[in-house]
Amino acid sequence: MIEVISADRCIGCNQCVSVCPTNVFDRSGGKVPVIARQSDCQTCFMCELYCPVDALYVAPDSEAATGITETELKERGLLGGYREKVGWGKGRKPVASHGFMVQLSRRAGF
Amino acid sequence: MNETVKRGSLELKADVLVIGGGPAGTWAALTASAKGAKVVLADKGYCGSSGATAPSGTGVWYVEPDKELREKAKASRFILGGSLAEHSWMDRVLNRTYENMNRIGMSGYPFPVDEVGNPHRRSLQGPEYMRLMRKLVKKAGVTILDHSPALELLADEHGVAGATGVQTQSGEAWSVIAGAVVIATGGCAFLSKALGCNVLTGDGLLLAAEAGAAMSGMEFSNAYAICPTFSSVTKTAYYSYASFYYEDGSVVEGAGSKKGRSFIARNLLEGRKVFARLDQAPEDLQPLLRVAQTNFFLPFDRLGINPFKDAFPVTLRLEGTVRGTGGIRITDEACGTGVPGLYAAGDAATRELICGGFTGGGSHNAAWAMSSGSFAGEGAASYALSLGRHAAGRAPAGLSSSTLTHRKAQPGAASRALEYTAAVQAEVTPYDINLFRTGERLEASLGRLDRLWKEQRGQEVQLSAEGVKLRETAAMTATARWMYSSALARTETRGMHKREDHKAIDENQHYRLISGGLDEVWVKPEESAKESVQ
Ligand SMILES: Cc1cc2nc3c(=O)[nH]c(=O)nc-3n(C[C@H](O)[C@H](O)[C@H](O)COP(=O)(O)OP(=O)(O)OC[C@H]3O[C@@H](n4cnc5c(N)ncnc54)[C@H](O)[C@@H]3O)c2cc1C
Ligand code: SF4
Ligand code: SF4
Repeated sequence: MIEVISADRCIGCNQCVSVCPTNVFDRSGGKVPVIARQSDCQTCFMCELYCPVDALYVAPDSEAATGITETELKERGLLGGYREKVGWGKGRKPVASHGFMVQLSRRAGF
Repeated sequence: MNETVKRGSLELKADVLVIGGGPAGTWAALTASAKGAKVVLADKGYCGSSGATAPSGTGVWYVEPDKELREKAKASRFILGGSLAEHSWMDRVLNRTYENMNRIGMSGYPFPVDEVGNPHRRSLQGPEYMRLMRKLVKKAGVTILDHSPALELLADEHGVAGATGVQTQSGEAWSVIAGAVVIATGGCAFLSKALGCNVLTGDGLLLAAEAGAAMSGMEFSNAYAICPTFSSVTKTAYYSYASFYYEDGSVVEGAGSKKGRSFIARNLLEGRKVFARLDQAPEDLQPLLRVAQTNFFLPFDRLGINPFKDAFPVTLRLEGTVRGTGGIRITDEACGTGVPGLYAAGDAATRELICGGFTGGGSHNAAWAMSSGSFAGEGAASYALSLGRHAAGRAPAGLSSSTLTHRKAQPGAASRALEYTAAVQAEVTPYDINLFRTGERLEASLGRLDRLWKEQRGQEVQLSAEGVKLRETAAMTATARWMYSSALARTETRGMHKREDHKAIDENQHYRLISGGLDEVWVKPEESAKESVQ
């Protein structure tokens, strides 16, 4: 579930507040949004994908918070990893257009 | 009857109201507005990120219009689905899916290209697809209401005429008076946290039933996905490369992704842990797999697990009707429901017409969502526009079976919602009730669900974010009752519906089961086209 909003990185754009399907965040007037309803998080990673500055981290476990900290995330380079793989963000190419899709579909049928 | 909507809240008028903004809803909105209808689309979450497709990605039933290829495609799942699919519907859906996929290619979806530069249109990445659909819907002039779950339909003596709901971020109510309504609210996964599915609580099924529509195929509602125990990612295609192990490293005989899920379930039921490792994936295929489903690997990467080399614990997570095939019964080619002004599409509708009682992995559901969405959008627009000036000045009333109120409801709504959710989950999640079905266990479960329904039915629901959760629990209970009543009535094993006490298919039950009703649930057979596919 959603665990970290980096106050250092967040620019207060409220994109995460808008896109979260289960309305986990609350706006806080141009500042860092608040994780107001963490137990409603469905661990879909969409907020991470839409955050323009890689300020969010969703831990894979959907049942319980792991308590991971921003410092650990920075050390392990985990912030923004998903957005990079999906190929969203300036100067990136969407993974949707990757040639491997064609090869995989030929070889494996998906 | 419920109070009319409070002044000061959001009130809109439209030709067509689409409820739900996943693939089915967005295609419905696009096609309705292309017919000249004024369209409002309301989504419980955010149109573009919400629903089963958005965080995931789907293989799509995209087949070139070549006679032989099409026949092969139609035959591929026909028997698995218990021979309940229909030729004419499969043809229509294959045609429309082909058209729609080409259209989104033209509209900017970045399909990969093959060696000679031809686009490859067999699958869609969820985030990319749904971000584009939102853009197209906005460009078409559709009004989008995000974070605006519908709580009840509105109707007058001519039929369905709109809906009311809550804007969960402002707490205000909304209402839309419309000539026709398309229900595209997705399936019901009972808040199991399967990927993207916690917005899918069967709301549209309840709304439709309250308007008098029926369900079909509700016995085909027990999809469970293989999933790491530490994750929500219920993507299952790659488990075709998995071997399954016990804790001591010995092989779980018979366990597999396609036919062997029941072996996994039996072990989990008996309290044994089951582990998976994708050790059958050839090394040179692994980089391709990593690129094609980035989010499949996300949990592993974050935990430092290499799923090709390390065994990891798995479970079977309930996806209910989302990858089942039951839903609102369709009565005509425009995806009408038999109730004037009410249409249904996508996972909210039955998918038996194209895949009978089984969808399995990939492609049919996505094809159905975009095709049925288009049929419903066009049908709803024609109907609404044919009402002409009569549409103005309608003063429809609410159809909710629970009393909706603007008053502060009794305290404790949130804890009651949690309690009801747990009670429904206790009936639909266990493998020994829902996956391995017997008459006795289904009957006992139905007894408990009926009592739960009675208790919920008497509760006042406030038009607020808390009230939304109570209505969700009512929808889940109603859905579970149609599921198990249908499962009880089908005394055979067909498609994904497996009766331990009736293990064989029974030719005399080669029909669909339709169901409905709120306080009294009913089930009855309906003829399906008896056809064969070579
Ligand atoms: C992990 C996973 C993988 C899948 N892979 C494949 C695949 O490879 N191929 C395939 O064909 N299919 C696949 N499917 C199935 C496919 O995702 C669905 O069939 C498809 O998303 C259905 O589209 P839909 O628009 O009907 O519903 P959804 O995409 O689920 O959208 C429903 C929308 O309705 C909204 N909503 C719900 N209730 C309300 C309400 N009361 N008021 C307003 N809005 C509401 C929700 O917020 C949501 O946005 C997969 C499903 C899952 C879970
Ligand atoms: S992971 Fe999904 S549900 Fe959780 S906060 Fe992010 S967007 Fe919301
Ligand atoms: S999307 Fe990112 S930058 Fe924008 S408010 Fe949310 S956390 Fe901050």
